[in-house]
Amino acid sequence: MEKKTPLYDLHLELGGKIVPFAGYLLPVQYETGLIKEHMAVRTACGLFDVSHMGEILFRGKDALDNLQRLLTNDFADLEDGRVRYSPICNKQGGIVDDLIVYKFSQEEYLLVVNAANKDKDYAWFKEHATGQVEIIDQSHDYAQLALQGPKAKQVISKLTDEARLPTRYYSFVRDLQVAGVPCLVSRTGYTGELGYELYCAPDKVVELARALLKAGREEGLIPCGLGARDTLRLEAGMPLYGHEMTDDITPLMAGLDMFVKMDKPDFIGKQALQQLGEPARVRVGLTLTDRGIARENGTVYHDGQEVGITTSGTLLPYTNKASAMALVDRAVAEVGTAVEIDVRGRRLKAQVVQLPFYKRS
Amino acid sequence: MNIPQHLKYSASHEWVLMEGDLAIIGITDYAQKELGDLVFINLPNVDDEMVVDEAFADVESVKAVSDIIAPVNGTIAQVNEELLDAPELINQDAYAAWIVKAKDVTGLDDLLTADQYLELISKEG
Repeated sequence: MEKKTPLYDLHLELGGKIVPFAGYLLPVQYETGLIKEHMAVRTACGLFDVSHMGEILFRGKDALDNLQRLLTNDFADLEDGRVRYSPICNKQGGIVDDLIVYKFSQEEYLLVVNAANKDKDYAWFKEHATGQVEIIDQSHDYAQLALQGPKAKQVISKLTDEARLPTRYYSFVRDLQVAGVPCLVSRTGYTGELGYELYCAPDKVVELARALLKAGREEGLIPCGLGARDTLRLEAGMPLYGHEMTDDITPLMAGLDMFVKMDKPDFIGKQALQQLGEPARVRVGLTLTDRGIARENGTVYHDGQEVGITTSGTLLPYTNKASAMALVDRAVAEVGTAVEIDVRGRRLKAQVVQLPFYKRS
Repeated sequence: MNIPQHLKYSASHEWVLMEGDLAIIGITDYAQKELGDLVFINLPNVDDEMVVDEAFADVESVKAVSDIIAPVNGTIAQVNEELLDAPELINQDAYAAWIVKAKDVTGLDDLLTADQYLELISKEG
């Protein structure tokens, strides 16, 4: 039985089309439809319910040591009030999950993980933790909204002390009142736009969402569903767990090299990654030159030879191009390489292009 | 729910209108709402055979591709090429945006009336 987020009734009221996702009932889109929602985030502002995300707290004298060993990125120089992204590797070098880490203090960190992986991650952390660290699943204590788009700052500023808003990308402030609701607000997101993620108590989030929707009406703010969240992240070239990342795909294949610090003394998966060396297949962007739309799991060919597989794909609403991400042999990964993608039995022409497909100007 | 009385329907959400010897075929308003914003359509060729319950075309939204199932048997006589560049016409008016016209049609008797189709989608919804 799927769970509801605290915003479920509001989704229905706003005409949300509800689907099961990662154990939750969430809107895939609202009345305006996916394309308008996607465009609102690129040109104005959109509001997403991301309360399904998992929050796991690391607290104690050895919190940092554990993060250093459990995650591939380096947290030694992370400052209080900053956020850092990282994959989690298994012993074979595959990806357990990807997450962002909020540093509250030297001994306290909040890890925000994918909803579908929350229980797996928690069990993994508990199994591999050592020393003095408490690991607490706090997912039930947080609801989360994502306010994304070029007008996001203008909208949120109407409801809060603008001077206290986080200004640097991947930074955050705690206990900021937004529409009278105490929030943790970070300059983060999954859309490729300027925006904020707001964490608050579950019993306050309906009030917060209503206040934001009202405040943003003149800026063109609309509620956005999971569908637009997926197309926005794809257009922005961001990998998604279960697609570009799995237990069998390493962060080096997924193009996440900059988040894997091989010079750290040790972390789970380091040895495997060293032994594997340079990956045979890497993540690339493909754009179709034939008419049609490639989806995930389409075989990629070059000169008649099978060279890879697509991991996500659609018609990207803002660039208005049918594009996909794929894992392909290194030999054909160069931008400009012509390939073909099997789309329901037809081979459509495509070209390797630079990621991201869209970059905010 | 927009279900014109003068059309016939299939359980796979196509509508059929007989115009002389030709069957005009499209997808229902209910179907276009379920599919969402359409961004691409694959059409059959003229003279292709159409077999009842088999796919003869497909439409794609941003989220997914969906087959369009033949509501009757027949031979494709015309395709609506306007939809190739503007599949959103189906979202705008599903009963105006016909997809194909078929000739030598059989199997019309198995189609649903508007009332029967309404009952069917009431159960689905």
